[in-house]
Amino acid sequence: MGEVTFLEVSKRFSLRVDNEVHHVQALDRVSFTVRDGEIVALIGPSGCGKTTALRVAMGLDPASGGRVTVDGREIHGCGHDRGMVFQHAELLPWLSALQNVMFGLEMKGMRGTALRETAEKYLHLVGLKDSQNRRPHQLSGGMKQRVGIARALAIDPKVLLMDEPFGALDAQTRESMQAELLDIHARTGKTILFVTHDLDEAVLIADRIVVMKNGRVQEVMNVPLKRPRPDLGIVRGTPEFAETRYKVWRAIHDDAPTVH
Amino acid sequence: MVDIADTQNKASAPDTAVSERRPLPRWMITLASIVVMLTLWEVFGRRINPVFGSYPSAIAVAFWELVVTGQLWSALYDSLRPFLLGYALAILIGVPLGLLIGGFRVAEAALGVYITAGYAMPLVALVPLLILWLGLGFAVKVAVVFLMALFPICINTWLGVVAVPKTLIEVGKSFVAPDFVILRRIVLPATLPYIMAGIRLAVGRAVVAMVIAEFFTTISGLGAVIINSANNFDTATMFVPIIILMLMAVGLNWLIGFVERRVAPWQAEIAGRDRE
Repeated sequence: MGEVTFLEVSKRFSLRVDNEVHHVQALDRVSFTVRDGEIVALIGPSGCGKTTALRVAMGLDPASGGRVTVDGREIHGCGHDRGMVFQHAELLPWLSALQNVMFGLEMKGMRGTALRETAEKYLHLVGLKDSQNRRPHQLSGGMKQRVGIARALAIDPKVLLMDEPFGALDAQTRESMQAELLDIHARTGKTILFVTHDLDEAVLIADRIVVMKNGRVQEVMNVPLKRPRPDLGIVRGTPEFAETRYKVWRAIHDDAPTVH
Repeated sequence: MVDIADTQNKASAPDTAVSERRPLPRWMITLASIVVMLTLWEVFGRRINPVFGSYPSAIAVAFWELVVTGQLWSALYDSLRPFLLGYALAILIGVPLGLLIGGFRVAEAALGVYITAGYAMPLVALVPLLILWLGLGFAVKVAVVFLMALFPICINTWLGVVAVPKTLIEVGKSFVAPDFVILRRIVLPATLPYIMAGIRLAVGRAVVAMVIAEFFTTISGLGAVIINSANNFDTATMFVPIIILMLMAVGLNWLIGFVERRVAPWQAEIAGRDRE
């Protein structure tokens, strides 16, 4: 199981600019649910609160109001039931790929041979069996992010939270990583909530798309594309893809909710 | 600039080795430069009144005399012992203190101001006071070396902790690592390059501190040899400890650089520096 629910989640920041305190409403009563095994994309213009929502769900930032639950249980701070994939992978530079994956497992209390075996298993899953002894600076951007995904998956969380995981990659690497993420999802069945500003990516990967604007949920949309989606190139050519992409685009760019 | 050009040459060596003449190795150029320098010094140094200057062969003779009479060894011993103790103490206290100040807001507010002040002020001004307190012997040298090495080590460690990327700490948090685990497994390794830089900065200051302490006390050590031979107008002998101090500082710098690459190899690799 792995169901994430946002219930009226609000988040206020105070900023001091030139001796004036500004209050920023980063999240305003955000409510939506990510069902078990589902991939949900959070999309919206920068500053819309999508990353804040993810950070609140991870427990890195506390909510000012409302609550986030995982399988019905309210979260308090970080937990092993959620695995975070950071925007720039954020691997520890002094550890090898394998040791980086092991780090997360150690924090979960795993020791001994199981520790190494589990870490190797997940590096294998992301296709990095042969590079496990490399340090982060010896890995390409795509490989780094795979290690980041392996590190988060290895602790066997109920939910994978991803913060623009492919945003820093070049277009081709991004496409292969998207396909790989779908493959990993098909094999592990993990619930995934990911933040992106890339329309195509949201439509290609997600089952549902949550469009955010000014800290509010603007619209929640279903993606009428069947799973599995083994060839994303073909998916891109389907009318459903184009139609959904347009609808999401409208939702982001129109101030009034789209009628369709 | 030379370094950069040289690194690039090495990087492109496989492609151009066939077509181009191999450039002279760096050490040969350095060696040739030293030989030319010493020769010039020898030739022109001989024309100068020996009270005001000296030249390599005379310095070599003076060196040999200091070795034979055993003066050199006792001076070295009297200098190195307090130097090493003061320096080691500075590391042992400076690093944890820097971690503490960098890691805790209260410690930073309460203690940071002293560290900044201590780093900025000319500590030489304190030497007469220290002599009043500690006399002219071993203790005062340790104290001066310690004080002058402490601040760069501490301040660098502190800056290192502050510079640890917030996201790396969030990695620890998101995997539910307790605070002390984050400190030991994320903050400390991320700070290591800064700590090593501080230790390296401090070694130069510590050598200066040692000599200054010995200039003031003029009883023992290499600094005393310099002052005493200068007072006797024995300029050649005066140069011996000067050269030894120079070699010592260069050697220590190299040693610390070596340790640095062993302790934090990823730093040099990330920077793309030569690993030789």
